Amino acid sequence: MHAGGYRVAIQGQKALGMAHAGVAMTDSAEAVFFNPAAMIQLDSNLQVTSGLALIYTKNRYQNTDTGSYSQTDTPLGTPVNFFVASKISPNLSVGFGLYTPYGSKVEWETDWVGSHLVNNIDLQSIFLQPTVAYKVNDKFSVGGGPIIAISSVELNRNLNTSLQDENGDRSNVTIEDSGIIDYGYSLGVFFKLTDKLNYGINYRSEIIVKSEGDADFENLPAALSAAAQNGGYTAKLPLPAELTLGLTYQLNEKALLAFDYNYTFWDVYKDLTFNFDSLNAPFPNPSSNPRNYKNSSTYRLGLQYQQNAKLQLRGGIYYDQTPIRDGYFAPETPRGDSLGFTAGMTLQLSKNLEMDVSGLYLYFDEEENSYDFSSEGQFAGEYKVSAWALGLGVSYQF
Amino acid sequence: MNNKIMKSAILGLFSAALLSACGGGTNFDDPVKDENYSSGDVDLSRYVALGDSLTAGYKDGTVYIDGQLDSFPNTLAGLFAEADGGAFTQPLVADNVGGLLFGGVSNPAFDTRLVLRSTGGVLGPVRQPGMPTTEVFNVQSGPFNNMGVPGAKSFHLLAPNYGNPAGLMVDPATANPFAAYYGFASGTTPIALEAAAQAPTFFTLWIGNNDILGYGASGGDGTDPITGTATFTGAYNGIVGSLTSGGAKGVLVNIPSIVDIPFFTTVLFNAIPLDAANTVAANEAYADYNGGVAALLAGSPDEVAQRTISFSEGQNAIVIEDESLTDLSGSGLPSIRQATADDYVLLTTSSLLGTLRTSGDLTTVIGVGSALTDSEALTATEAAEIEAARNAYNTTIAGLAAGSADLALFDAAALLADLNDGDGISYGTGNVTSIFATGGAFSLDGVHPSARGYAILANGIIDTMNASFNSDLPRTDPTNFTEVFFEFPEDFDFSP
Repeated sequence: MHAGGYRVAIQGQKALGMAHAGVAMTDSAEAVFFNPAAMIQLDSNLQVTSGLALIYTKNRYQNTDTGSYSQTDTPLGTPVNFFVASKISPNLSVGFGLYTPYGSKVEWETDWVGSHLVNNIDLQSIFLQPTVAYKVNDKFSVGGGPIIAISSVELNRNLNTSLQDENGDRSNVTIEDSGIIDYGYSLGVFFKLTDKLNYGINYRSEIIVKSEGDADFENLPAALSAAAQNGGYTAKLPLPAELTLGLTYQLNEKALLAFDYNYTFWDVYKDLTFNFDSLNAPFPNPSSNPRNYKNSSTYRLGLQYQQNAKLQLRGGIYYDQTPIRDGYFAPETPRGDSLGFTAGMTLQLSKNLEMDVSGLYLYFDEEENSYDFSSEGQFAGEYKVSAWALGLGVSYQF
Repeated sequence: MNNKIMKSAILGLFSAALLSACGGGTNFDDPVKDENYSSGDVDLSRYVALGDSLTAGYKDGTVYIDGQLDSFPNTLAGLFAEADGGAFTQPLVADNVGGLLFGGVSNPAFDTRLVLRSTGGVLGPVRQPGMPTTEVFNVQSGPFNNMGVPGAKSFHLLAPNYGNPAGLMVDPATANPFAAYYGFASGTTPIALEAAAQAPTFFTLWIGNNDILGYGASGGDGTDPITGTATFTGAYNGIVGSLTSGGAKGVLVNIPSIVDIPFFTTVLFNAIPLDAANTVAANEAYADYNGGVAALLAGSPDEVAQRTISFSEGQNAIVIEDESLTDLSGSGLPSIRQATADDYVLLTTSSLLGTLRTSGDLTTVIGVGSALTDSEALTATEAAEIEAARNAYNTTIAGLAAGSADLALFDAAALLADLNDGDGISYGTGNVTSIFATGGAFSLDGVHPSARGYAILANGIIDTMNASFNSDLPRTDPTNFTEVFFEFPEDFDFSP
């Protein structure tokens, strides 16, 4: 799920059951997301699939030198997806997707020891993607579509590790923006190499979320209130490009193996810099926070098994590298490398209707790391993250 | 591949997920929250802290409640509570504005707390406007575990009547107003014996700072002399003897160098900026002095060089008085020279620099045309006297600590030197330095730590104890403590 950084890889309930591998899958309208070129390979003329997942994430922080401990009170994350794919001629499909590939919701205890870095953050992005796929020949198809990303962001942090107003309440800033619209695209190619072996490539472009929202400064001591006034801010947050290569192999009439490799171009995320309209000395403006992410890889291996006419079983395992370098480990996304275990099933409720259920447990090693680029000095500690997700989907084919 | 194997594989993955989800992996292997702490070989049931302002939680130029609550002994007591530590009481003052009243009358020597004020975008310390409400004659009834008394020197802890209110009503006063308010040594029993009478099981002793600091903060002008080494050693041995008479274990804290605190390091020796026109004028004004010195001290070229005053465009060394120079007053020449990096200008002098000594007389710009007086700067010679005394004190302290398994030495001098080394101290969740007002470690008086600085000292003492007494005591997170404060609105209510 949390494919490093703030990517949330739950874009299809069928795929989630098998490690979220799906770039070469041809059995669901989830292809709109995973590989537009695979859309034309669907059997039915019109397929709709939609799903919702509940994510429960717990982040824990401790510092054995200082005895500090904090944990996040994280509301359930709810990535959604809706895909429709329609074959309008034997060689041409059109489709549409709505999905939420990026998001981060982390709420540390207010005024915790890392509150100068983040108290809470809520980042959401909804992608809308009209899609078209064209079958060049029996072995090869292409597809793609533009992406309209609608994002919102809210972040609260204390201005530094010490400042408070006369009543002892910590000085903080909330930045808020919603309905931010940016554009990108998704492109895919699909090869039917043999009857049993499919191969797909998908590239989703980067989208830079350009936020121009409101900054609200609270609890400033009167002596400094003139220096930090409510006003606008600008910031850029990149949603990185992602390249996925994958294949499926039909082991026998019942079992299918899928493998995906994701390469995410996180190196676009150099820093998180806020330019405030009305923030003056002694506060630094712009407020620049180096991130210096590195590109990262994810390896996904999934299995699908046709138990009987009414039941498909799935399982998967994936290894997800963090894009965060040592020394850049900030508590807004305190995630190291992770190992995901997934399972799922599809129940054929009627001739046209299927229900998908999927589950994920994500294991993170205990991470001892630090953020070294705050003006307040190094913020170090141990982090322990764990996450579960449960997904439910329905599919209908005409 | 066999279908059974496929199904088994899926089932296996599913079980693995379930197992790891249920079988832990969600918390730290060694959670700090579940730590079991122990006091080791030391009994923390009755902790008494003895010392001066640094023990009292004095900061921002006064004592106020929040400062007392963040005193290092109070922080230590809070940490001791994790390992069977006993109750810890402090003689709290009446408010959070600080300052003292003497029979209802305020006294500029015991003013309100220092806060930062923004004047034209530049922040500087000012006394918080407001009236103190702590009446020194409203004597508190103890005993109190925190027996730190601001202003106390080593021998004061053995002085009868050091806190006798009657001693405040004579001029000069013979008693310490804080000691009087706290109810310490109000009669013939000195503070060290009152502390011993509490039968402490553990103590901290940090005394001796004022024995040198008073001299330094008065620019070495002689009004507040350095305590002689023999006096210090005798007093210190006496105090430790009293405290250990009941078998208590303790931590002795040594004396930091005054040149590691912002009070002496903030104003640079070359703090005088001059433009071309003022450079010419300033040099002309000293032509006679330079000529006189050269003529009269022709046999001492070193002193002539030392005393020759010369300005150039840019930053210039401050002109200071130095009574160690050859006295030429008979020839009408003052004992002045330009400061070097070995001289120290007091923080309290910074507001004088560049102003006129004599109103309206442009030749009396302080630091240029008018030299800093003896009390406004600490010369290299005076600083060396202080350093010699400090080294002698610390030898005494270290010797006592080394001579008894019941005593441990906390090297506060090393900690303050560390704060002043440029990088400061990183404590895991943040970093502080000794840079005045912005570094975070010191309060606005430039002498006493901020609450965060005191927390770092408390952690240092914890480390010392854990190393010496076989204890496993927790540290505190300095990030949870404040640094400096900004000016409060005039109508702010400082009552607790």
